[in-house]
Amino acid sequence: MSTTERAGAPGRPPLPAVLRSVLAVEVRLFLREPLTLVLGVAMPSVVLFGMAAIPALREPSPDFGGMRFIDFWAPTALVLGLCLVGVSHLPAVIGTYRENGVLRRLSTTPVHPGVLLVAQLIIVLATMALSSLVLVVASWLVLDIGLPQRPLLFAVALVTGSASLVASGMLVAAVVPSARAANGVATLLYLVVMLVGGLFLPRFLLPEVLVRMGEFTPPGVQLLMDAWWGRVDSTNPHAVQLAVMAGITVLAAAAAARLFRWE
Amino acid sequence: MAIIEVANLRKRYGEKVAVEDVSFSVDEGEIFGVLGPNGAGKTTTVECVSGVREPDRGRLRVLGLDPSTDRTRLRRVLGIQLQEARLPDRIRVVEALRMYASFHQHPADVGELLSMLDITDRAGAQYRTLSGGQQQRLSIALALVGRPRVAVLDELTTGLDPRARRETWKLVERVRDSGVTIVLVSHFMDEAERLCDRVAVVDRGRVAALDTPERLVARASHERGGGRATLEDAFVSLTGGGDLL
Ligand SMILES: Nc1ncnc2c1ncn2[C@@H]1O[C@H](COP(=O)(O)OP(=O)(O)OP(=O)(O)O)[C@@H](O)[C@H]1O
Ligand SMILES: [Mg+2]
Repeated sequence: MSTTERAGAPGRPPLPAVLRSVLAVEVRLFLREPLTLVLGVAMPSVVLFGMAAIPALREPSPDFGGMRFIDFWAPTALVLGLCLVGVSHLPAVIGTYRENGVLRRLSTTPVHPGVLLVAQLIIVLATMALSSLVLVVASWLVLDIGLPQRPLLFAVALVTGSASLVASGMLVAAVVPSARAANGVATLLYLVVMLVGGLFLPRFLLPEVLVRMGEFTPPGVQLLMDAWWGRVDSTNPHAVQLAVMAGITVLAAAAAARLFRWE
Repeated sequence: MAIIEVANLRKRYGEKVAVEDVSFSVDEGEIFGVLGPNGAGKTTTVECVSGVREPDRGRLRVLGLDPSTDRTRLRRVLGIQLQEARLPDRIRVVEALRMYASFHQHPADVGELLSMLDITDRAGAQYRTLSGGQQQRLSIALALVGRPRVAVLDELTTGLDPRARRETWKLVERVRDSGVTIVLVSHFMDEAERLCDRVAVVDRGRVAALDTPERLVARASHERGGGRATLEDAFVSLTGGGDLL
């Protein structure tokens, strides 16, 4: 053959088949180290049940507008699970893959390493959905916490809120050089989200500025609360909060895509 | 007939010039060695050839493809074993091979690759439990699973015991006999002497010599003025360490 002759390039396998094969392996890897699954899915409910073991927190109180503390705190538990998976786990996995050259090796194949990121996103979003479902159903069955009163709004808020968290997590994952760095930065982000989300102090004790932040930092805990309790009136800017979460998602995802380093 | 052509390749990382000016060509069916001291620019050179890195300057052709612009097509016909790339700790050998096989339209048979690399009995083992040599062999298998026409192997026997090295050499010869052109980066002169049809000795980003191992040895013997030199002697004198002889 002559050197100018082009290599006979065979076609490439269809993308869905490749994604299936990568996803199947990544799911197995995820299940082989089930810490995230266990923590992310079980911990929110376990912590909430722990709170409920304290009798005073099961008594309706005027502080919460006649609700019990555990009613009031359930959305915080929900955010705890979302955050563990989307903000802590995701950057750690991608950081490890970058540090160990897994992404780099993949980039030597005909397949774009982005396929691996898509597989990770699917796993993370599915785990977040499972975590939310378990928390809402367990609170209802065991603690008699009402199901979300505005189910549709709740579902939309949950989806956009989760997306905004995952996009923020992906932005961290895009640039951290290693698993250690990922843990450091992710922990910081995690603390902010959970502070606003009311993990360290119940949100009714938080200063006004942090309460307001809860309307506009991922995952939009205020909206989740309102939709859960059915406290929806025309003065609450729900559409604005949803739009903000969607905007954060788009911006963070675009920045992550732009900044993403494969090695 | 040249299957790889490299002309005046240059590559910097920031201020640091990794490859100053490298030219060579590799014929179809050859095992071509790239030798040189640590930091000479060997890895950078073969990564540019493989389209993993973007060169600053120079003309590169692999099977008629330009690695910078025909990256996707190149990846279907060139397999590279990277010097430093691990796999996820808990992935099983056979899972990794099947997954990489799914990236290609006409992959090699996973079972055959396993037995050719003599890791059949470790097929179900997780990556973290493999010995260094077994990880290395899996890495080679992944580079070959797409049935490439060109295989680039960067330090493939570093860290292997003498027996495993010899096994790997046989493997490389078998791969070549199956029609694959091989670019082999190595620090081992015995390896180069045994395997390579021709070698480029790279030193500080330039090609210090380009010839068959035999002729490099003959030249070193001559310069030394009698007594048979080894390829190692040739290497040392070519890479600016003549006073070590
Ligand atoms: N990603 C990088 N960023 C900055 N400098 C780099 C990078 N990779 C390599 N270098 C530098 O470029 C030079 C050539 O490196 P290269 O890895 O090509 O050498 P090598 O011949 O493969 O060495 P070795 O035998 O140790 O593997 C070295 O000085 C190295 O420090
Ligand atoms: Mg190297």
